Amino acid sequence: MSFFSLRKFTFLLLLMLVLPSSWSWAREAAPVAEDPEIERRMIELSEDLRCLVCQNESLAGSRADFANDLRREIREQMKDNKSDKEIVDFLVARYGDFVLYRPPVKSTTVLLWFGPFIFLAVGAVFLVFYLKRRRRRIEEPALSEKQRQQAEALLKESKGNNA
Amino acid sequence: MMRFLLPLVAFLVLVVFLLIGLGLNPRQVPSPLIGKPAPDFQLQRLHEPGKTLTSKENLGKVWLLNVWASWCVSCREEHPLLVELARSGIVPVYGLNYKDERDLALQWLKQFGDPYTVSIRDPEGRTGIDYGVYGVPETYVIDKNGVIRYKQIGPVTVEALETKILPLVKELQG
Repeated sequence: MSFFSLRKFTFLLLLMLVLPSSWSWAREAAPVAEDPEIERRMIELSEDLRCLVCQNESLAGSRADFANDLRREIREQMKDNKSDKEIVDFLVARYGDFVLYRPPVKSTTVLLWFGPFIFLAVGAVFLVFYLKRRRRRIEEPALSEKQRQQAEALLKESKGNNA
Repeated sequence: MMRFLLPLVAFLVLVVFLLIGLGLNPRQVPSPLIGKPAPDFQLQRLHEPGKTLTSKENLGKVWLLNVWASWCVSCREEHPLLVELARSGIVPVYGLNYKDERDLALQWLKQFGDPYTVSIRDPEGRTGIDYGVYGVPETYVIDKNGVIRYKQIGPVTVEALETKILPLVKELQG
C-alpha cells in the first residue's frame, strides 16, 4: 500500500467514525415544536398533571407513549385557543381527579388536604401536655429538709478541706 | 404502662393502614366515566376499511367494548376468555384496536382467534383518550342506553367475569 492510499484510507476511516455522530447531532438539533410559545405553555400545564402509566411522573416529564399522546392532545387544544382550565377539565372528565397533582378540595379529599394539619395540631397538644407535666415535676422540691442539711454539711466539710 | 401502650397502639394502627395500602392496586384508578354516556365515535372497521362503525349503532343492546392491541402482552392473557365469551353468545364483544398497525392486528386475530362482533381501529389513540384509556387491555360494559356501567382495567379474569361482568350484563339485559 503506497503512502498516499494509506492516508486516504485513514481519512475514510475517520470520516466513517465522525459521520454517524454528526448525523445524530443534526437530528437532535431539530426544533421540538413549530410554536415555542405553545410548547412552553404545554410544558407548564403538564408539569402539574400526572401520567397515569408511570404514576410518579408528570405528563411533562414522562416518556411513556400515553404521556406523549396527551401532550399532543394538549398542544392541539392550545392551538385551538382553549384555555388551560378547559384543557384540565377535558382531562379530568376522562381520567378523574387523579390526573391532577393538586386535587380540588371536596368531601373525598378533605382528609388529604387537612389531615397533616390535624396531625400537627394533635402533636402540638401532646407536646404542651408533656411539657407542662415535666415542668411540674421539676418545680417539685427536689430535696427534703433533712437532705438539704446533709448537703450543707457536706459542702462545709469540703470547704474546710480546701482551706 | 401507658408509656408503652400508647406508642404500641399507634404503631398497630399504622400497620393496619399500611396493610390495607398493600392490598390496593394503584393502577386501578376509578373512572369518572362510569354512569356517563359512552363517548361517541365513528371509526374505521378493521376487516372492512371502507366501512365505519359508530357508537350509536349499538344503542338498544348491552355490549362490551374491549380495548386491545397486538403489542399488548396482557391482551394475550385475557384473549381465550373473550373467545369463549363470544362463543357463548351471552353478550356481543366489540374490539377497539388501539394504536396498532392494521396488518399486525389482523395477523394477531388470525393467530389467537377473533371474538369480536366488529373490530374498529383507533390508530392514533384519540378515541382511547375520550374513553380514558391508559392501560391496555381495558373492557367497558355499556348498557342499552349507551351508558358506561363498568370498566375493567387490565386483563379480564375469570373472577372478574363471574363476579362482576356477567352478573351486571344479565341485570342490564333483564
